[in-house]
Amino acid sequence: MPIERFEKVFIWISLLLLEVFFVAVLVAAFFGGIQLPAPGGLVDPEQLANTPPFDQPGVRQVGDGQYEVVMIAQTWQFIPGEIRVPVGSTVTFRITSRDVLHGFLIPNTNANVMLVPGQVSEVTTRFDKPGEYRIICHEYCGIGHQTMFARIFVEPTASETQARAQEE
Amino acid sequence: MHAQQFRPHDRFVLWQLYIALAAVFLGVIMGFFQALERMNIDLFKVFGFASYYQGLTLHGVLNVLVFTTAFIGAFLTYVTMRSLGRPMASYRLTALQFVLMMLGVVLAGWKMLDNSSTVLFTFYPPLQAHPLFYVGLVFVVLSSWVTFLNIALTVRAWQRDHPGETVPLQAFLSLVVYLMWFIASLGVASEVLVLLIPWSLGWVERTDPQLARTLFWFTGHAIVYFWLLPAYISWYTMLPKQVGSKLLSDPLTRLVFLMFLLFSVPVGFHHQFVDPGVPVMWKTIHAALTYAVFFPSMITFFSVIASLEMAGRARGGQGLFGWILKLPWNDPSVTAQLLAGIGFMFGGISGLINASYNLNQVVHNTSFVPGHFHLTVGTGVFLSYLGISYWLIPALTGRKLWQPRLGVVSSWLWLIGVSIFSRGQIAGGLEGMPRRTWMAAATYVLDAWRIPNMMTAVGGTLMFLGAMSFFTVLLGTLFLSRERVTVTMPVADIITPPEAASPIFTRQLGLWVAVLVVLIMITYGPYMISYFSNPAFVARGLRVW
Repeated sequence: MPIERFEKVFIWISLLLLEVFFVAVLVAAFFGGIQLPAPGGLVDPEQLANTPPFDQPGVRQVGDGQYEVVMIAQTWQFIPGEIRVPVGSTVTFRITSRDVLHGFLIPNTNANVMLVPGQVSEVTTRFDKPGEYRIICHEYCGIGHQTMFARIFVEPTASETQARAQEE
Repeated sequence: MHAQQFRPHDRFVLWQLYIALAAVFLGVIMGFFQALERMNIDLFKVFGFASYYQGLTLHGVLNVLVFTTAFIGAFLTYVTMRSLGRPMASYRLTALQFVLMMLGVVLAGWKMLDNSSTVLFTFYPPLQAHPLFYVGLVFVVLSSWVTFLNIALTVRAWQRDHPGETVPLQAFLSLVVYLMWFIASLGVASEVLVLLIPWSLGWVERTDPQLARTLFWFTGHAIVYFWLLPAYISWYTMLPKQVGSKLLSDPLTRLVFLMFLLFSVPVGFHHQFVDPGVPVMWKTIHAALTYAVFFPSMITFFSVIASLEMAGRARGGQGLFGWILKLPWNDPSVTAQLLAGIGFMFGGISGLINASYNLNQVVHNTSFVPGHFHLTVGTGVFLSYLGISYWLIPALTGRKLWQPRLGVVSSWLWLIGVSIFSRGQIAGGLEGMPRRTWMAAATYVLDAWRIPNMMTAVGGTLMFLGAMSFFTVLLGTLFLSRERVTVTMPVADIITPPEAASPIFTRQLGLWVAVLVVLIMITYGPYMISYFSNPAFVARGLRVW
């Protein structure tokens, strides 16, 4: 097909550009560890009270600086609504929905996942700065959607608290 | 010459256009109310709506399901007849497409207005709408299938009368658009017909929300190209004529549309990058193809701007950008489409961010997303459709456009408005502000969202004023314009004719469809088979609004 010379050049540059973008994203995902959520298994949303781990929502330490948070989303709250972890923790959230679709977003982190009844969502993130974080439901889930959130308190470690006290 | 034969069809085309414009009129008003909510002004309550979310449902359904589908059906029916120089193959089908659209709008509209179906335009189960809401949407889709059938029959009849000849460009492109849409729409059609309607009628107790999402997004990305490609038909084959230029290449234009045919569908998982029920491998494959579907838009960018530049230089434009000023900016149809293109450039760039695999985690379901798509469908597509209406309404009614200068102003107001609006939404999204949320009543508002919300309100207000200027021109044309005119469809001359390329690019549609089917089988087939070995029909319907 006859294509004008400048247009040919432009087409090759476009292809190259898209190629570069895609490779960059893949490298970040598969070598840099910034990966998308993978399936976390199935669960019956009507049997959560009898299904481990969702029969006991909450925070569990699973290793040195490693925590697991089991959470249930329902109209219009997260259970538990407040969690505490020390700064520097790597936290894996295992979440599912009891009723309709919900969302799970912690602003300014990579924690962003859909919560679909019947599916377990898994997302892991690291909290390097102390302070209050929020988990926000980012999928429309009914008339109270805008009130659905939870708090994460990332607490400074004992030695850090001491160091800060000394500075002051 | 054919005017007499076209007239019965044109009557339905015009009335379907009115449905489209009435839908977007109400849709835009809902958008304005939403924008004002960001400044704590609640007009929903004043006008008796049940909630922000009822308005949001109307906004989404009317704008991107009804307005687009009805407009495209009317526009491409009109284009096909002019391009082939013959009326549509079946008058009954032209009538049927209108009747189905009308029925669909009435049913879905009724069930949204009575607040029984406040499920937003994505209607994700287990939120359960009234059965007639789903039935209404089925009618809207059926109407588009009837349009497809009628266009296909018309092209076939033309081919019988012109053996061995290449189908004229605009009719060919219209057919490709509908071919793509028909295949794409099978996803949402099976979602609604097989999963949702029996479930909403109570015949089936539980449904599978993850499966429903997958079927929805099988259609849900391709649908944006269904909206966009009619605008591209105008940019490629009509706008050059309107500015006094030519289309560079007929075969390249066809190839661009054929690439959209191939790549629009097998990319749906990029809307489900953070879904729990989709393995990472499938997300990666769809991410790769998403870059592929960006490519034909890059070619379009070059081709369309090259045509425009030729026009600007022929009119005495100098320098790197000086030619832009020489384009006929006083023509409301041209201005709308030029500004649509400017908005769409930024829409495309922001879309590349959404679609970039793990980058999606930063913005998924935040207000970044509406920031993005108000630049694409909300500007690239919407302003183009307004631009087309500025000649199509006079062409269909024989009435001279009333106050064309206000028409020019309308597009500028929209572009300035959407620039502020989308910048606000994008900034808020990067700070984690969720989309589709009644922010005025939110219990967790962060300080960083304050200015984004203000920009949303101010930009949204300007967009509303722009749209209302358009509707003023429209109503003025219909009721106040006394001058009669004969307006015909602009058709650009072509520099490189179809005969210059191998027929594979210009004729052999069946081959391309076969490749598409194979691509779909590769990108969805194994996933669907493994999903069906262990589905999750666990969710009862809920009405929680």
